[in-house]
Amino acid sequence: MAYDKFTVLTSTAVPMPIENVDTDQIIPARFLKATERKGFGDNLFRDWRYNPDDSPKKDFVLNNPIYSGKILVGGKNFGSGSSREHAAWAIYDYGFRAVVSSFFADIFKNNSINVGILPVQVSEEFLIKIFKAIEADPNAQFEINLPDQTIIIISTGEQESFDINGYKKHNLMNGFDDIDYLQAMKEDIQSFAEKSLY
Amino acid sequence: MQNIWRFFRKFAVLIKNIKMSKTSSTLFDKVWDSHVVRKIEDGPDVFFIDRHFIHEVTSPVAFGGLLSRGLGVMFSNKTFATADHNTPTINQHLPVKDPLSANQLKALEENSAKYGISHWGLNNPKNGIVHVVGPENGITLPGMTIVCGDSHTSTHGAFGAIAFGIGTSEVEMVLASQCIMQPKPKKMRINVNGKLGKGVTAKDVALYIISRLTAAGATGYFVEFAGEVFENLSMEGRMTVCNMSIEMGARGGMVAPDETTFAYLKGKDKAPKGEAWDRDLAYWKTLKTDDDAVFDKEYNFDAADIEPMITFGTNPGMGMGISKHIPVSKDTASGNASYEKSLNYMGFHEDDAMLGKKVDYVFIGSCTNGRIEDFRAFASIIKGRKKAEHVTAWVVPGSHVVEQQIKDEGILDILTEAGFQLRQPGCSACLAMNDDKIPAGKYAVSTSNRNFEGRQGPGARTMLASPLVAAAAAVTGVVTDPRELL
Repeated sequence: MAYDKFTVLTSTAVPMPIENVDTDQIIPARFLKATERKGFGDNLFRDWRYNPDDSPKKDFVLNNPIYSGKILVGGKNFGSGSSREHAAWAIYDYGFRAVVSSFFADIFKNNSINVGILPVQVSEEFLIKIFKAIEADPNAQFEINLPDQTIIIISTGEQESFDINGYKKHNLMNGFDDIDYLQAMKEDIQSFAEKSLY
Repeated sequence: MQNIWRFFRKFAVLIKNIKMSKTSSTLFDKVWDSHVVRKIEDGPDVFFIDRHFIHEVTSPVAFGGLLSRGLGVMFSNKTFATADHNTPTINQHLPVKDPLSANQLKALEENSAKYGISHWGLNNPKNGIVHVVGPENGITLPGMTIVCGDSHTSTHGAFGAIAFGIGTSEVEMVLASQCIMQPKPKKMRINVNGKLGKGVTAKDVALYIISRLTAAGATGYFVEFAGEVFENLSMEGRMTVCNMSIEMGARGGMVAPDETTFAYLKGKDKAPKGEAWDRDLAYWKTLKTDDDAVFDKEYNFDAADIEPMITFGTNPGMGMGISKHIPVSKDTASGNASYEKSLNYMGFHEDDAMLGKKVDYVFIGSCTNGRIEDFRAFASIIKGRKKAEHVTAWVVPGSHVVEQQIKDEGILDILTEAGFQLRQPGCSACLAMNDDKIPAGKYAVSTSNRNFEGRQGPGARTMLASPLVAAAAAVTGVVTDPRELL
């Protein structure tokens, strides 16, 4: 699935200072029944966002008009639980291009990169600084620079660098995915398979 | 002179270390390293997959991706399809009512037929939960690499396989190229030694470890479970523990194969036979961690410290011994705000006792505890007793094979006598994609793996526990220590 190339993203951010946001919250299982990848953003954080009668919950951050932007900032251990890529699709489809947290669950992190969302892992201290900057000004701008591997709080100039391996970075910056790579080495895979025990 | 000796000694240690790093490896290293097709510098390994399981929920978009790229399935004989996530657990002979679920089931059937993939759909006698049917048919074998678009794929690690959950993009990769691209995780070993007490089961061991490590304590690691407790566990018990390794953030967990493993596999449908068995067995016996191999992290626990467990919060790390009181927030690793949010959702308070809390629903089943041994344990408590009148109980076997065993062993008679009804196999109330949903605000004791908000239905409140704790709750109607009923 092709996605937008990611280089430098400058945007406001949506704060969600909750720990252990699991993929059942990001998208509940009952919304996983589509056979095509579209429309998942409508059900992003469904049960935190809407009442059982489908009216919006006023105190949930996505329903608060003062917050917007392409960056979602979550608490520690973001994306734990199920391997459903639908969680990453919902975040992408809603309009986010990066998720910032002090810790990500493994499968969610992989899935995010595979669909074109950049997971930015920062220190606990820097995460608190980001939340404080948004609290002080909901229109605070942040710059996520993938080539430099930095995230900057523009109002204060504070910045931190983040990790990503060179291969995945190259993919995200160019909109490539793993299947492109794997298709190019099929002969190697074929000969590996011939020697395999199972 | 002394200095020279010191120098030589140091040199000798250095040589030994170099030797060790070359020859000593863990079970995980042995299986991982033998499946790397290519190492990418500053990138992931291209990792070969021996077995790929697919189900109706996470595969349709992957097949759609193949189609749009004009790609086929590279090795259709290495992929196995089974329907489980949204299948109904009653009246499976009738058409599936929910049109969206029916559509996903149809997509799985059609895609499997189109690419020549083995498919065990609804009503196929082999059908059941993917992580139950793989092992019980001998598709899962030691030393394999196994993936599925489902995080509980870690279950198969009980056989000494590297097994883990993947996303749909990766499902597409495996279909197209039999490989995924993964950086090698770090290595952790968790040793539990000693003997488990009365009423303490594999599920309690899993919930205990997760409560000690937290829900993110093993993120970035692949875990080997070792020690006396795991050596003495049945394959069913080992599967329960490996199944839950994702709940502490680990990519997967594994147990070294041994005589228990080989005895379980011998004669299974798709397990090797004759000469092939002997050849594979010789290889399987090499699959163990070398004595001097080093792990990035290691934990040691004592079986005597584990009692029947139950969860009180909204992640599997929030578990406690059933006789204890809910921890006060300053005692927990989790932040206060998140902790309070969690207790508010459950309608519990700090320092509450769990014993005596009212239970509305009981669910026994799932890829965690849906095997025959789990129903035997459940029956051991309900035998001669009656289901509490206000409790709704869902008894859901993990597969048709398990369903048949329940009938053959007389467990169905015990269930019926006690006022329980046996349902048909599927994931059921574990993730509530079908009609088996716990209503909002109601309390469920569940043998499944996740107590997340709304996991078992919007507003449902889940307490995770073993089949014994579930049975004790089902007959008393409140959270009860099963040791009192054994």
